[in-house]
Amino acid sequence: MGFFIVQVLTGLSSAAAVFLVASGLSIIFGVTRVVNFAHGSFYMLGAFFAYTFTSHLTSVVGFWVAMLLSAIAVGLIGVVVEILILRRVYQAPELFQLVATFGVILVIQDLALLVWGAEDLLGPLAPGLDSTVNIFGTLLPEYDLALIALSLIVLVALWFLFNRTRWGCLVRAATEDREMVGALGVNQTWLFTGTFFLGSLLAGLGGAAQLPKGGASLLMDFEILAAIFVVVVVGGMGSILGAYLAAVLIFEFNAFGILILPESTLVLMFLLMAIVLILRPWGLLGKPEAPGQLGQVGPPELPYQSASRPLRIIGILFVCFLFSLPAFADDFTLVLAIEMLIMSLFAASLHFAMGPGGMVSFGHAAFFGGGAYAAALLVSHANAPMEVAMLFAPLMSGVLALIVGWFCVRLSGVYLAMLTMAFAQVAWSIVFQWDAATGGDDGILGIWPSAWASDRMAYYYLTLIASVGGILILRHVLFTPFGYAMRAVRDSAVRSESIGIRVSRQKWLAFAFSGFMAGIAGGLFVFSKGSVFPDEMAIPRSFDALIMVLLGGVKTLWGPVTGASVFTWLHDEISRFEYWRLLLGTLIIAIVLAFPQGIAGFFGNWWHRLRNKGI
Amino acid sequence: MSETSLQITGLSKSFGGVQAVMDVSFSLHPGELLALIGPNGAGKTTCFNMLNGQLKPDSGSVMLFSKETVGLKPADIWRLGVGRTFQITATYSSMTVCENVQMALLSDRQQLMSFTRRASRMYRPEALELLKQVGIVEQEDRPCSTLAYGDLKRVELAVALANNPRLLLMDEPTAGMAPKERVELMALTADIVKERNLSVLFTEHDMDVVFAHADRILVLNRGKLIADDTPENVRNNPEVRMVYLGTETEEIAHA
Amino acid sequence: MLNYKNWLSGMLAGIFTVGLAVPAFAGGTIKIGDINSYKRLPAHTIPYKMGVELALEHINSAGGVIGKKLELVSRDDNGKPGDAVKIAEELVSKDRVALISGSLFSHIGLALTSFAGQRKVLYVAAEPLADALVWAKGNRYTFRLRPSTYMQAGMLAEQAAKNPAKRWATIAPNYAYGKDAVAAFKKILKSLRPDVEFVAEQWPALFKIDAGAEIQALSAANPEGVYNVTFGGDLAKFAREGKLRKFFDGKLILGLLTGEPEYLDPLKGEAPEGWLVTGYPWYDIKTSAHNAFRNAYEAKYNDYPRIGSIVGYNTMLGIAAAIKKAGSTDTEALVDAMEGLTYDSPTGSITYRKIDHQSTMGAYVGWTALKDGKGTMVNWTYRDGAGYLPSDAEVRKLRPAN
Repeated sequence: MGFFIVQVLTGLSSAAAVFLVASGLSIIFGVTRVVNFAHGSFYMLGAFFAYTFTSHLTSVVGFWVAMLLSAIAVGLIGVVVEILILRRVYQAPELFQLVATFGVILVIQDLALLVWGAEDLLGPLAPGLDSTVNIFGTLLPEYDLALIALSLIVLVALWFLFNRTRWGCLVRAATEDREMVGALGVNQTWLFTGTFFLGSLLAGLGGAAQLPKGGASLLMDFEILAAIFVVVVVGGMGSILGAYLAAVLIFEFNAFGILILPESTLVLMFLLMAIVLILRPWGLLGKPEAPGQLGQVGPPELPYQSASRPLRIIGILFVCFLFSLPAFADDFTLVLAIEMLIMSLFAASLHFAMGPGGMVSFGHAAFFGGGAYAAALLVSHANAPMEVAMLFAPLMSGVLALIVGWFCVRLSGVYLAMLTMAFAQVAWSIVFQWDAATGGDDGILGIWPSAWASDRMAYYYLTLIASVGGILILRHVLFTPFGYAMRAVRDSAVRSESIGIRVSRQKWLAFAFSGFMAGIAGGLFVFSKGSVFPDEMAIPRSFDALIMVLLGGVKTLWGPVTGASVFTWLHDEISRFEYWRLLLGTLIIAIVLAFPQGIAGFFGNWWHRLRNKGI
Repeated sequence: MSETSLQITGLSKSFGGVQAVMDVSFSLHPGELLALIGPNGAGKTTCFNMLNGQLKPDSGSVMLFSKETVGLKPADIWRLGVGRTFQITATYSSMTVCENVQMALLSDRQQLMSFTRRASRMYRPEALELLKQVGIVEQEDRPCSTLAYGDLKRVELAVALANNPRLLLMDEPTAGMAPKERVELMALTADIVKERNLSVLFTEHDMDVVFAHADRILVLNRGKLIADDTPENVRNNPEVRMVYLGTETEEIAHA
Repeated sequence: MLNYKNWLSGMLAGIFTVGLAVPAFAGGTIKIGDINSYKRLPAHTIPYKMGVELALEHINSAGGVIGKKLELVSRDDNGKPGDAVKIAEELVSKDRVALISGSLFSHIGLALTSFAGQRKVLYVAAEPLADALVWAKGNRYTFRLRPSTYMQAGMLAEQAAKNPAKRWATIAPNYAYGKDAVAAFKKILKSLRPDVEFVAEQWPALFKIDAGAEIQALSAANPEGVYNVTFGGDLAKFAREGKLRKFFDGKLILGLLTGEPEYLDPLKGEAPEGWLVTGYPWYDIKTSAHNAFRNAYEAKYNDYPRIGSIVGYNTMLGIAAAIKKAGSTDTEALVDAMEGLTYDSPTGSITYRKIDHQSTMGAYVGWTALKDGKGTMVNWTYRDGAGYLPSDAEVRKLRPAN
């Protein structure tokens, strides 16, 4: 009896901090449509601030005021980020802002290291709540009850804010219809800023609130990211109560699930999410997304044209340059070029689904890593030669994308994106934890190319042909009826249905094709590194691909290649410096502000203007 | 007439207790221009969406060329020879005018899974021919996103005609157009109908358009069909006058 | 591999980037490529680098080896094995390092192991613990210094066997390291004490422990002993929740690596008391060799050494000894020299075994206690690694590469 009650309460308290952070993410997305990747960083900052404030201010203002102050401090940092960076790119193409928030993650990581040092910081116990209560013979920490209470207070306070205050009503109105609020004469700028303050404050509060349960560490930012995304999606985007229910559901499920299947941690959470979303695609309390809610901001894409003669010549010259590279480049330049080519193909495959296909994937690494693992498993278990494994990689990625896509293409916009991320996390956690089959975190080693390709130059040519070929095939498909139908479905689903295009099937096959092509990149990758690890399926790898596509420019066909090359090269150059994350993050933010259409988008527009002037 | 294009019997649909369409029955014959009118919220669009397959009726039957279509998807119904235009134009903004029409032709010829040839080079002459018929062939290579609204309506008409339909469903074909454009577009539609011996079912707010072009008029009020008659008789129908005078005085003034 | 390409690239590199490729041949230094997760886990890797640099200072001030000074080219791997392999390529082909050393994470160590075997580059793994690194995936070009998961688990199992506790529970992060650590412990304890039974196990996701719920689940099985493999933030949460819920009372708790300063010190006044752990009681080791190391370290950095520091220091001493023994920086000669190499270190004599390239560096096993509000190890003994490795016959089976 006591055991049961304590287990329930433990689940509720574990849900509390995650709920606080997730509700902030949900509010920010609901109003501003910014998918804030840096939300985990705000959570981490909340913990660090709370550590500093409670150790210096508890005697002055008391423990709880110190906690609240740290949440407010994080809220203010959110305001700074919004005013300095995001406000300038609201008009950029959809999701472009998340590149900026990715830059913010990198900057915050290094700043936190500079300020608070490398060592994990153990949080203080809450004064007056540092003991346990006895529930029918089982002990429960008092602070667990405080956390449960705090989450309920915040839940009620948010309800009051959104239903009983003018500001809250405006925020709700903005969530439902952004133009309307603008039309009502509300200062949208400050509404957004206020929302960012509230959302960041909640993230900070979550970080502060978990401090007495654990501490503050530099790894907290990415660790909570998957959990809060899952909570927001399961609860329903924009629904605070939904987020609460989802958090409770997930952590109770976990608290009792580990009694029966102790090894099922992680997988359980994502499985629960998949089940909820199959039954209720918009989450527990979410509303169906209005079409185009991701906001097709910016001018519509121009019709595709064959490359003009000068562009064609430039392209051919560039490929010639790549073919002659081994003649004058050193060995490492080839290594770097191999990686740039592979990443270009990977980014191009994501762009295919994301740009012309209109299906944003936050989990494309599942197909990249899936291909890499398929090849590696075939080599290590069946002793297959490289050539066979490389063909097998895209096939398995394609099959995986068919399965994932079957669930995902019924959704659209951010729901689809989040669901892809959840499936990628399922794939990742299976690979990471099922070490009997996959080697787990120890990965699969010794996956080297066949003799003829083991020389670096030979492998470079193999990669060059496969990557350039793959990219050209992706480009070619966009010009074929299949690619047109995919774009048609993105432009107008109702029109497509009424001329006989099977919308879901078209999206499904396009998604699978994109996964197939990512698998080629994965196969090339594993033989270039000689080994594969779960990292290749993890969230940061998916983010890399997203950043590459958006950085290059989602509305241009050469954007992903440009983005991938620039990002890979920058990463390699900058990582020589000690505080390279600070530098890279700042640089990414600068690029975002300078080229809101992406790098290739910017130069594409410039090229267009040049040609239209008849020069 | 021997065969009906469309035979609707006992069609009903409700949304959460509100009866949007109630036991509606009517038929449509080849070569006929049939207007469906009624005040706002009368159930016209609901009715349309059920014929098109976007909504599933609660009960009733929709026989299209003697084939039951209830339960079929929009894409299947299109394959039976139905073209559709929308109240708010639905075109492909990232494609050219001609490509919009080619898209429909590609679908009609079952080429959507083709990975070989370039789409913009396929069926171009046919697409241009259709654009010529609707009078915008000179805009063939403009991006659809830069077209005037009236021209978009024409693109939609060309797209709807691409699979040689026997029935056109047109939801508010002239909504949002200038008065002169409306008359031109409806005259064009009427010509095409005559030439191809099509049937047309359209909803319309503009009574000038309705009474000038419809062969027959259906009047819907609060989900119920209250008149199914020639324009002349509908004009004099006391119940229709009641509905319009009682609710939308301005509209009847046009009539 | 000296063909026109290399010659050309050397020329170009020399012209465009002043002295990137050339100095390895021209200068009086031997370059060592150092790869580690300096950004992902700085709390562990920065002490490592400090130890490495101290060793280099000592070696170079004593005249270097074979008449040349050792020079470190240090790079961050971003915590990703793919990046580590790329950097290894760069260090070898661009910076012309004589060998590669470093790494903390097992998976990165394994990626570099695979790289070393393929490219025939010497890799001296410093800290990664995975057994596979020298056994299942071991190769001619890879050596590892730190006592492995199997060895440290064996040291704890040996002590556990002496305790009356029969009902055991385990908790370990749900990934390769945790699985290996639990499997090794179970196997060794079972062989020493066939009468023990394992009554419960918990596998929290790495760094995502739901400590309260998992402690509840473990205590429901009433274990007499608990074998804990969690570390970092997970360990802090586990220790705190367990103490609050009085889970540890009356049980024998074993902690793998828990006594290492990197893990014990952040817990401050809440460090667990009375756990039997492996670790590094730097404050209490009174041999003259260690005193010299500790004094030099504290003088140079005004900080105390961690396990990373001593591993880093010993790694470099071993590399210097190998170069001296080989008399050159030729990879094959170096590998031959490393096999069976014995040298003295602040923690005692260390031998890189010829049979599996694992070093015999040991670990300190003792009990945790609180002293002046800080966690310490008391009643510890040094366990030489040589005593905790399987028999040669078994090793040959475990290491297919031989």
